[in-house]
Amino acid sequence: MPQILKDTQVVSDNWILLDENDDSIPAGDILLSYQQWQNFADHLSDHSGRIGIWLEGHAEIEQIIEPLLNLPLIAINFPKFADGRGFSAARLIKERYNYAGELRAIGGFIRDQLYLLNRCGFNAFQFSDENELSDAAESLKDFSENYQVSVDQENPLFRRR
Amino acid sequence: MYRYDNYDQKIVDERVAQFRDQTERYLAGKIAEEEFLPLRLQNGLYVQRLAPMLRIAVPYGMLSSNQVRKLAHIARVYDKGYVHFTTRQNVQLNWPALEEVPDILAELASVEMHAIQTSGNCIRNTTTDQFAGVAVDEIEDPRPWCEIIRQWSTLHPEFAFLPRKFKIAVCGSEEDRAAFLLHDIGLQLVKNEQGELGFEVFVGGGLGRTPIIGSSIRKFLPKQHLLSYLDAILRVYNRYGNRDNKYKARIKILVKAWTPEVFAKRVEEEWANIKDGPSTLTDAELARVTGFFSAPDYQDVDSTIADQSLAAQAAENNAFSRWLERNTELQKQSGYRSVTLSLKPAGVAPGDVTDTQLETIADLSDQYAFGELRATHNQNVVLTDVLYSDLFELWQTAKQSGLATPTIGTINDMICCPGGDYCSLANAKSIPVAEDIQRKFSDLDYVYDLGDLELNISGCMNACGHHHIGHIGILGVDKKGKEWYQIQLGGSANKSASLGKVLGPSLSREEITDGIEKLLDVYVENRIADESFLNTYQRIGIDKFKERVYASNS
Repeated sequence: MPQILKDTQVVSDNWILLDENDDSIPAGDILLSYQQWQNFADHLSDHSGRIGIWLEGHAEIEQIIEPLLNLPLIAINFPKFADGRGFSAARLIKERYNYAGELRAIGGFIRDQLYLLNRCGFNAFQFSDENELSDAAESLKDFSENYQVSVDQENPLFRRR
Repeated sequence: MYRYDNYDQKIVDERVAQFRDQTERYLAGKIAEEEFLPLRLQNGLYVQRLAPMLRIAVPYGMLSSNQVRKLAHIARVYDKGYVHFTTRQNVQLNWPALEEVPDILAELASVEMHAIQTSGNCIRNTTTDQFAGVAVDEIEDPRPWCEIIRQWSTLHPEFAFLPRKFKIAVCGSEEDRAAFLLHDIGLQLVKNEQGELGFEVFVGGGLGRTPIIGSSIRKFLPKQHLLSYLDAILRVYNRYGNRDNKYKARIKILVKAWTPEVFAKRVEEEWANIKDGPSTLTDAELARVTGFFSAPDYQDVDSTIADQSLAAQAAENNAFSRWLERNTELQKQSGYRSVTLSLKPAGVAPGDVTDTQLETIADLSDQYAFGELRATHNQNVVLTDVLYSDLFELWQTAKQSGLATPTIGTINDMICCPGGDYCSLANAKSIPVAEDIQRKFSDLDYVYDLGDLELNISGCMNACGHHHIGHIGILGVDKKGKEWYQIQLGGSANKSASLGKVLGPSLSREEITDGIEKLLDVYVENRIADESFLNTYQRIGIDKFKERVYASNS
């Protein structure tokens, strides 16, 4: 079974990421793109497994997020690690819309971004290459102190000094 | 100046450990080249033509004598015995070994320094006026604000992978000495009608391929809201800036495409959601940070006597008098002056300084300037708060060390990027052109007669040498493998900022110094009274200059 990093632990993952060309819905917990979620809307009400949605980092979060907030999983795709839009998207979803479910990074992000991704609200990480997940988890501990407000830090350092 | 507490120290120490681990994994083949690239860039490490280049942050240009001694030590032990001061008030090492960079960073951390975000597509070092705190025309000391911005921008979780690099400058005076209108964000400290302090916010200025002067998007931002407003600007840019083409990725392109009005509206909308949150600055924090920049222990000086003694010394020694005239500035504190130590002697790359010179600078600072100094964006070093009665002695020591070239603000005080001798981006060499010009115009009487003249040289259109804002700008270009130089006239970085206009076809390396001489001839022949080069150009226009330079070619 595939593995991911979730809440600092290496865990098995049974979410099925639907291929873009899939025109039927498999059984089990499924992760669909926002587009697929709209296309399959009529069929999803009697789906027995759980449903999660993945978004691109450049998605217009303000326009689309409301109906997604009760889902157990929202994922944000990084087309490449240098594309930092997913960092802003994550903070909006967590801080402005108070999303309480799992927020997962998927796609081309890299291990050395984990600490910052985590601060922006991601608690799960699905690497395209699963090797050395437990080593990668070390990068979640790169720093023990920060200056700014973030999802895991309500007050900036200057209010805590 | 600002001193680290345990929190600041811990963050910098942890950054060293993080980069050490990243370097080890890279050297072990566990990080791909293209993944290591942004990681090393975000710690100031470039791979250049001949060796890596490490850019060390000097936040808003402030250094202590202790830090300068450490730089001397690093230059000696890890490099070839010299460092380079950049146009962003930073310091560069040209020959470090990649394997030793973590050790260099650890050395820096031991004196409260780092190389965090000195490169890469993130928020860079915030810059300001080299005369902050002592300038006669100061509205408010910009340095506490620069430090507050430094902390906010350091390892910001959301803005480490922006579309492109991002530069902020703060101006606290009437005269602009920070070129703040040519930054991604330029902050002008202002007071409103009630006398409250705040900022006028400009965005979208910048040099590079598409030079643009920043647009005002908010006339008055109350000071306590600075950080949430910056967060709002950066979030809009991070989400909507162009990521497809690196030449169209700076915020200036977005501001231009949307118009400043629309950009401002988007920022205000975002800000409405985060304003008044925990990032709102507290009076306690402002007091804490401002406390680090309190006035040194000034002596009570009888300024009449100080003036008279200095005038007497100047009258006796022509060389001292020249230096006093060009290389020192009045301060708002009477009896004290600021001294610019020149890093532009002829024959040395502008901004380069040796380990022993650095140690002399540190000693001078301890002896005469309360142990502090500033790097300038003109690639010199400033000692502030020097007693009038110490100036002659300071000058003598500086002169022996080659730090008293009396040409500040003249044609020989040019800004110059490392160019094709070092930089892999460059299209042409720039340092040898600077040297040719300094040699050609070595007669100090002639140089003084020309007066204030900013000559800026860039080896490529990335414009690290700020050629767009030189009164005379020189841009190196490559034509079929040969180096050519385009001349621009009329650039200026003050509050009525203007961008230079191209004179005409570019000149060869052999022609460029003669071309500059012709420009100067036209100025001397046409100036009225003590009119500056820039003012003469603005009055008579470009044509007379153009005719003279290209006359022999027609």
